[in-house]
Amino acid sequence: MWLDPSNPQLNKHGELHHLLTLEGLPPEILRQILDTAKSFVGVTQREVKKVPLLRGKAVFNLFFEPSTRTRTTFEIAAKRLSADVINLAINISSATKGESVLDTVANLAAMQADMFIVRHAASGAPYLIAKHVAPEIHVINAGDGRHAHPTQGLLDMFTIRHYKNDFSKLRVAVVGDVLHSRVARSHIHALTTLGCPEIRVIAPKTLLPREVETLGVRVFYDMREGLKDVDVVMMLRLQNERMQSALLASAQEFYKYYGLTEDKLALAKPDAIVLHPGPMNRGVEIDSSVADGGQSVILPQVTFGIAIRMAVMSILAGN
Amino acid sequence: MPGQPLPDAEQLLQALTEKMRPEVGPQTGLIGIHTGGVWLAARLHDALGLETPLGSLDVSFYRDDYETIGLHKNVRRSDIPFEVEGRPLVLVDDVLYTGRTIRAAMNELFDYGRPASIRLAALVDRGGRELPIAAQFVGAQLAVAPGQGVELKRDERGRLSLALYKQSSPDVA
Repeated sequence: MWLDPSNPQLNKHGELHHLLTLEGLPPEILRQILDTAKSFVGVTQREVKKVPLLRGKAVFNLFFEPSTRTRTTFEIAAKRLSADVINLAINISSATKGESVLDTVANLAAMQADMFIVRHAASGAPYLIAKHVAPEIHVINAGDGRHAHPTQGLLDMFTIRHYKNDFSKLRVAVVGDVLHSRVARSHIHALTTLGCPEIRVIAPKTLLPREVETLGVRVFYDMREGLKDVDVVMMLRLQNERMQSALLASAQEFYKYYGLTEDKLALAKPDAIVLHPGPMNRGVEIDSSVADGGQSVILPQVTFGIAIRMAVMSILAGN
Repeated sequence: MPGQPLPDAEQLLQALTEKMRPEVGPQTGLIGIHTGGVWLAARLHDALGLETPLGSLDVSFYRDDYETIGLHKNVRRSDIPFEVEGRPLVLVDDVLYTGRTIRAAMNELFDYGRPASIRLAALVDRGGRELPIAAQFVGAQLAVAPGQGVELKRDERGRLSLALYKQSSPDVA
């Protein structure tokens, strides 16, 4: 077996071969990605925003679930690395004709794919693909079910480090629909690995996974209490489309108790920053005045997302 | 290490500075290549009293050995704080060897714009070119055995010195 069986995203030299989750990734690899992304931010500010690293490589965007922002930023990132990008929205293609995920992937691999970017509604789908592709192919998880969204986690870490520098002094609150969020899990793993001493989770009981405390977080049901003196507020999107049963009375009620408004934000440190992975439900989890306000770093997150994805792709393709 | 002793880097830098002095002007942009080249460029920039701010390049995104050895672990950010378009440039590196680093640096520079000219300053030229590249300003020619590398070091007081090391791959300089 050429991959490390205990962590199938690493090769036998301990280098990143696939990016499937941030869980269990050593801090050196996280820092290497963040540092490399910093150099790519420089590239994206130039007249010519391209470097030749992935020239001649074929990157397939395999989106079994719709996404605009993530797919687009992966596409831009791959193009800025000079790769050829092929976008496939599988839900309207072979899947409707009954082809299995692995058959789809095998066919694309036969077209000389070098990298698959995979978004799938089922947790673990990128693992399944990573396990079955040829050893020279790399797989990046672009969000799988409720499980993980590692590049979102990384770009949020990049954003926090950009504004706050040092994780070891930060108090970070993750607010909202943790239960359905793959982003929240990636945040918690990455913050822990990078040495953040206090991670708070703020949500109604119905939107928290059972035994969330075992991840090493402090749980708050009262948002006002939870936001007190935090340096970073990471809002989550209320996952309307993933909400199968009525876990909430109404969006209005959620906004009243867990929506980030200016008066609730005032309880955090005065220089606290506000992140949101998008797309935002304005007036549900976040008020427009906060989303567009001076403490919001939501648009820089999107820009940094390109640099992070360039870093991940160029590190993987070189390993 | 057997053989002749290595020259004094500070003296070579002095000689290099004097060779460059009549050839540079207020418009000249000086660009150091990480890491040794950046140290040298900073010293040259100071000694020559140049007005254009100092630039630095990390050529990791343009290296031709990415396919075989992957991305460098510690990529630094390239920083060119001036307009490249139409400007005379001098690239600064510590050791000129195969010429591959300089090829990568020139490719990167052209993604910033079209310079009026590019010249190359190297503290040491050890020969062994694999590309048609030559330096216009050289501190010293140095004969180094194959399998040996020369590198620039800087102590805590900023003093530069040359050192030999055993080279694992001859392509990297």
